[in-house]
Amino acid sequence: MNPIISVHQVTKTFGKLHAVDDVNFTVGEGEIFAFLGPNGAGKSTTIKMLTTLLLPSAGSMHLAGIDVVKEQAAARKIFGIVFQDPSLDGDLTAFENMELHGVLYGMERKKRGARIEELVKLVELWDRKDTLVKTFSGGMKRRLEIARGLLHHPKILFLDEPTLGLDAQTRNLLWAYIRRLNEQEGMTIFFTTHYLAEAESIADRIAIIDHGKLVAMGTADALRQKTGTDNLESAYLELTGSQVRDETLSSADSKREMIRRVIVNR
Amino acid sequence: METIYILWLRQMKKYRRSGLRMVLSVIQPLVYFLALGFGFNAIFQQAGRGSYIQFIVPGVIAQTILFTSIFWGANIIFDKQFGFLKETLVAPVSRTKVMLGGALGGATIGVIQGLVLFIIALIFGFHLYSWPALLLTVLLMSMLSFAMVSFSSGIGAVVNDMPSFMAVTNFLVVPLFFLSGSMFPLDNIPGVMKAIASINPLSYAVDAMRATLINQSHFGLPVDFAVMTGTLVVLVVFSIYRFRRTEA
Repeated sequence: MNPIISVHQVTKTFGKLHAVDDVNFTVGEGEIFAFLGPNGAGKSTTIKMLTTLLLPSAGSMHLAGIDVVKEQAAARKIFGIVFQDPSLDGDLTAFENMELHGVLYGMERKKRGARIEELVKLVELWDRKDTLVKTFSGGMKRRLEIARGLLHHPKILFLDEPTLGLDAQTRNLLWAYIRRLNEQEGMTIFFTTHYLAEAESIADRIAIIDHGKLVAMGTADALRQKTGTDNLESAYLELTGSQVRDETLSSADSKREMIRRVIVNR
Repeated sequence: METIYILWLRQMKKYRRSGLRMVLSVIQPLVYFLALGFGFNAIFQQAGRGSYIQFIVPGVIAQTILFTSIFWGANIIFDKQFGFLKETLVAPVSRTKVMLGGALGGATIGVIQGLVLFIIALIFGFHLYSWPALLLTVLLMSMLSFAMVSFSSGIGAVVNDMPSFMAVTNFLVVPLFFLSGSMFPLDNIPGVMKAIASINPLSYAVDAMRATLINQSHFGLPVDFAVMTGTLVVLVVFSIYRFRRTEA
């Protein structure tokens, strides 16, 4: 079977910093793939490169056989993405946010309407469809973002820390949707998380990145065996060490990160 | 086309929902119009220059458009900070369309604000020299607004935080406005000031509107129109270029 995501010798440097350093991996169609690593390890940079938001300094990446760098527009139709931070327009209603997305992805009006209804119902927000998004809670926004990411029938869904800052109930609900989509539509899921239990229970395979390099890849079982530990958290700490990391972030990111830390720590 | 339309529509909806801001943004130029217009009217007339209220209306309309449009890029910064920009950047649409859709929205708002000022001026006794020329005025307003919105969007695409954006635009807006001949005639002013005014694109926009609204012109309408077109093209290209280079 051909891999739906293939990353070949990809490097991204920011000045002297090797944010991602000669990374190679593939993800099979229909797989649920977790991408783990400490803060600043290169997770978000990898997702940004895979989703055309950053250009790799070297190497090649393909989504469903399409070159992400050379055929950006075609590659963008293949995936949906839920960003780490919300990316909805708060001054528009839930429905308007969905509709705007559908138009940007060139969906026909008729199909668009039906698909929006189907997805917004799936994430249980249909009764709130005409409400301005700025009045939504964090969990509602995240649900709507997932619905939006799925609108154009992507083959791959990227989720960058989709459950960050959400309560356990909402996290469970989200993973239930995501698993259902994976089973029903055969959608490939690529996600990052800091909650290792999530990766352990949901992912078919797990890759761990640290200092820009892949340090391990395999099923949760394989990672436990490799490190001689009995749970993924121990295996992860064994592989990445227990030292706390400083992040080097772009200015916009670092500001958001700071705000988030303040909120999380409170 | 549908992409540009939906991004334009987004700005229209946001504008309609902005409530009080819609009203407030007209207040400042209105104060200029009323205070200066009626304040200096008598002196202006004594100097044999006719009605100052007539003279200042094109300037105040240009001011409204300038102030509405040059801060437009703040919306780009908000879109960056609240993440919405990423949604458009990963979508399979060209950055050119993303820029044009938003900028056309901003330009439309600029023109609406300009027309509101115009209507208020009519109520306060402004006398339009020719109604058909109003159409031409609306065209000029659109050009000015679109040029300024594009410029501001380009700045918004480069700068990542609001304080820097405000520093850049505030630095520009005051000299642009005061050294444009919007408040005073450009003949009989010191040479240096005249020189600055003649390289200020806003001078030509004000002058063009003065030509179409009250049939007075310093540079002549063809010159005005040529400079405005040139400025518009340069600023739109600048903005598209900056948008294409934006990374999230």
